[in-house]
Amino acid sequence: MPQLSLTVNKKPVTAEVEARTLLVEFLRGPLGLTGTHIGCDTSQCGACVISLDGKSVKSCTMLAVQAEGAHVTTIEGLAAADGALQPKLHPMQEMFREHHALQCGFCTPGMVMSAIDLVQSHPEGLTEAQIRHGLEGNLCRCTGYHNIVKAVAAAWPLMHGQTAIQAAE
Amino acid sequence: MYNFDYVKPRTLAEAAKLLAGDMEAKALAGGQTFIPVLKQRLNKPSVVVDLAGLNLAFIKRVGEGLEIGAMTTHAEIAASPEVKQACPALAELAGNIGDRQVRSRGTIGGSLANNDPASCYPAAVLALDATVRTDRRDIPAAEFFQGLFTTALEPGEIITAVIFPAPERAAYVKFANPASRYAMVGVFVAKTAGGARVAVTGAGQAGVFRHSDMEQALDKSFTPEALESVATEEEMMNADIHGSAAYRAHLVGVIARRAVKAALG
Repeated sequence: MPQLSLTVNKKPVTAEVEARTLLVEFLRGPLGLTGTHIGCDTSQCGACVISLDGKSVKSCTMLAVQAEGAHVTTIEGLAAADGALQPKLHPMQEMFREHHALQCGFCTPGMVMSAIDLVQSHPEGLTEAQIRHGLEGNLCRCTGYHNIVKAVAAAWPLMHGQTAIQAAE
Repeated sequence: MYNFDYVKPRTLAEAAKLLAGDMEAKALAGGQTFIPVLKQRLNKPSVVVDLAGLNLAFIKRVGEGLEIGAMTTHAEIAASPEVKQACPALAELAGNIGDRQVRSRGTIGGSLANNDPASCYPAAVLALDATVRTDRRDIPAAEFFQGLFTTALEPGEIITAVIFPAPERAAYVKFANPASRYAMVGVFVAKTAGGARVAVTGAGQAGVFRHSDMEQALDKSFTPEALESVATEEEMMNADIHGSAAYRAHLVGVIARRAVKAALG
């Protein structure tokens, strides 16, 4: 079986996998990182989105072996644990909570990972239309997207170095 | 998914040898079509040959035009200053393929080798009279596309780059299926030194095609109005649950006029 070495949530990982193992199966199975979800079998729903070398990708639409040498971040890798009882959430997670951007929560990990990539790649700012277009690869069947869009817009200033108070002004 | 062997060669010669020696071997580019196909067990390769280690992801200016490596992703083409300068319509086309995550992985070479009749790049390659370069020859766009999911590629032949001449002006407009984002109708219009060129994807029964009646009308006057009296043959159109042949034939005209308007900027 092929040997695989990569970095997942800043930790080095080495494993043997069947060539046909999808990256999402590898994350959820051997690594136990079940925050990354499988919502469809057709690469459409985006519940499996992770960050691969800084870009958001669908982990159900690549083989684990294609991630050889890569830096992977999953939803579990976002919050800073730093020994505290309550981990410090990523600003995007914080804004999803603040704006009630989830109901059942199934799409949320992929939605958050996609939204972070979208915000990071638009330092010049994001319009509502750009947010809606940018989240095209993620399906949510509960919220009607409205609060998700609000959360992403609210996370933009926090992720680009402004405080919540500056953003409110 | 059926299991297979996986190899990631470091040289083009090694990749070509792996693919040539085994009819069941398959090349893997970005995998945004191929992996879903494997998941559905629609294909059972013996060996999957990953082309990601061959340094085929690059964008170069060649004269006024562009040379784009086969493994360059849609996202890279959409964001490239070189592409935006030489042919902004191509950058825009790339930036509207699939969704953001598909664009992070999907490649121009993979898309062309697959030649899905509803994909976007074939329209650009045909309208811009691009050349598809492989490990063994250069294939003109006019010869490359040979019907649904069929190309001039021989077994084991690997696309290495696509060479685009720069047009005087060009635009691509797509009427996307609201669920899949594939083109129900996509029209790429280009005004080139050799005349107007119009390529239509998504609509035709035999895949991408040039619309010669529209080209003749645009050669007389490169305006949306010039296309108003140009008909599209219904018999040539694809019909499915998303739209009838008559609907698509009408849509080709509407989208072509929008594309000409966009090209005039």
